[in-house]
Amino acid sequence: MTLSETQTPLLRICALTKRFGGFTALHSVSVDIRPGERFGLIGPNGSGKTTLINCISGAFRTEPGTILFRDEDITPLQPHLRTRRGIARSFQIPRPFRSMTVAENLMVALDFAAHEHVSVTQRRDTMMSILEQMGLGSKANASATQLSQVELRKMELARAMATHPKLLISDEAMAGLSSSEVDEVLDLLLSLASRDITIIMIEHIMQAVIRFSERIMCLDAGRIIAIGTPSEVMADKRVQEAYLGT
Amino acid sequence: MKRSSITFWVGAAVFLIAALAMTQIVHNQYPFFAGYIILQFIALAVAWSILGGYAGYVNFGTSAFYGVGVYGSVFLVKAFGAPLPLQILAGAAIGALMGLALGLLTLRMQGIFFSIATIALTIVIETTITNWRYVGGAAGIQIQRPEVTAPFDSYVQMLFFVQALLVVLAVAISRYIQHSWIGRGLQALRDDELAAECTGVPTLRLKLLACVISGALMCAVGAPAAMYLQYADPGSAFNLNYSVTTLAMSLIGGTAHWAGPIIGAILLGTTQQVLTVTISSEVNLLVLGLMLVLFVVGAPEGIVGLIYKLRGNRKEGEI
Repeated sequence: MTLSETQTPLLRICALTKRFGGFTALHSVSVDIRPGERFGLIGPNGSGKTTLINCISGAFRTEPGTILFRDEDITPLQPHLRTRRGIARSFQIPRPFRSMTVAENLMVALDFAAHEHVSVTQRRDTMMSILEQMGLGSKANASATQLSQVELRKMELARAMATHPKLLISDEAMAGLSSSEVDEVLDLLLSLASRDITIIMIEHIMQAVIRFSERIMCLDAGRIIAIGTPSEVMADKRVQEAYLGT
Repeated sequence: MKRSSITFWVGAAVFLIAALAMTQIVHNQYPFFAGYIILQFIALAVAWSILGGYAGYVNFGTSAFYGVGVYGSVFLVKAFGAPLPLQILAGAAIGALMGLALGLLTLRMQGIFFSIATIALTIVIETTITNWRYVGGAAGIQIQRPEVTAPFDSYVQMLFFVQALLVVLAVAISRYIQHSWIGRGLQALRDDELAAECTGVPTLRLKLLACVISGALMCAVGAPAAMYLQYADPGSAFNLNYSVTTLAMSLIGGTAHWAGPIIGAILLGTTQQVLTVTISSEVNLLVLGLMLVLFVVGAPEGIVGLIYKLRGNRKEGEI
C-alpha cells in the first residue's frame, strides 16, 4: 500500500475519515499515489469513491485525517488553493459554466489557476491548444449548453487541464458514453498521462479501468478492500464478491 | 485602448457635458428634480448588479446601504458641517465597510438565505437609526443646504450634475468588472460555485469584493440625498421600495451586460416620474409589479437578453 522509501509520493492520504452525521462514508483510508502514476479507483455505488475525491479536491472537509500533496499538508486548504497547487478534477455529472462559451470556460481556469502571469494573448493560445488537443477546437465559441454529452466530458477535462494540473482526477468521465466515445476519452486520458500528469480515474467500465490503470484500488463501504496491479485486484476474492458480482 | 473603451469614454464625456450644459441652459427646476431621481436609480441599479447580477447574489439590502449613505451625510453635516464631496467619500467608505461586514456575515449563505439576511440588515439598521436621537430619531431631521457654488444656479442643479458623475463612476467600474478577470470569476461562481472553486476561483474573496464595491457605490449614491430633500427620516431613507425598484430595474434591463441596469433604470425611472406627475405616485408600484411580471414571463433575461436573442448572438464575446 505504501511506496518504497526512495520515492516521494505525489499525494499521500493518511487515515482519512469522513462522516456525514452518524454515517461514516470513509473509514481511515490511507493511500499513496506516485508521481506520474495512472491510478484506477473502483467500487460499488456508495462505496465512497466520489467522497474520497471530494476530500482530495477540498469540496469536503475531513476529520480526522491528513492529505499531503508534494509533501505539503493541504488538509486545511480551500478547493481553489488546492487547484492552484496542481490538483484538478472533473465531475461525475458535468458542471460547466452554462452562461459561458467553451472558450470562456477554459479562460476561467487560465485566469485564476495559472501559475505564472502571462498575457491575454498567450492565455488564448494556451486555451486554443488545449481545445485542439481535446478535439474541441471547432467548438470554442459554442455555448456550453449546446454541447453533447461526450463534448461536455471533454470540456470538463479541458477545463481541468487549463489549470496546469500535476494531478488530474477524472470522476466517471465515461459514464453514459457509447463504446467508441469511451475509447475516445480513454485515449485522451492516456495521452495526458504520457505528459507526466498523474491521473486518478474513477470508472465503472472495467475494460477501460484495466486498460488505463497501472494500479487499481477498490473501495467498499468506505474501506479499501484491495489495492495492486489490475490483475491482482481482479483476482481478489473480496473484490469479486463486493464489486464484480462473480 | 480598445475601440469599445474609446467609444465608452467618449459617450461618458458627452453625457457629462450634456448634463452640465443642461444646468446652464434649462431654468425650470423640475427637470433637475426628476432627473436626479432617475440618475440616482441608474447608479443604484448598476451598483446592485455587481453583486446581484454578475455574482447572482440577490441583495434586498439596497435600502440599507442607501439609508446609511443618507444618514452618514446627516451625521457629518450636523457634527462637522462637512461639504458634499466629503459626504460622498465618507458614504463610500462606510458603504465599503458595511459591504465587507455584510459579506463576512452572510456570503457563506446561498440563494434565498442570503436575500433574507439582507432584508434583516435593513430592518436592524433602520431600527438603530430610528432610536438615535442625534440624527433626528423617528421624527426625522431638517437639513440646511449651504450656498451653491458656481457655475450652478441652484443646489439641485449641482446635485443633478454630481449624481451624473456618480453614474459615470458606477458604470465605469461595472464595465471594468464585467470585462476583467473579476467579472469572469463572478460569472463562473454564479453558474456553479463548486465548479468555480475547483477551477481555481477564490469564490468567497470575489463575492466579498463584489459586496464591498457594490455597497460603497450604493452608500455614495445615497449620500447626496439628504441635501436633495433637505430632510431625512428613517421611514423614507430605508424604504424597502429602493430595494425592490433597484432590483426590478436591473432584472428588467438584464444583468448579463453592464448596460442592462442602465436601460432598465431609464425605462422604469422615467415611466415612474411620468406617472407620478400625470396620475399618482401610488400607480408607480402597480406599474413596477406589472412590468416585472411581464418581463419574468416574456423576457427572463431582461431587455439585454432579448436583444441578444433577437440578434442570435449570445453575448459580446470578449474573451
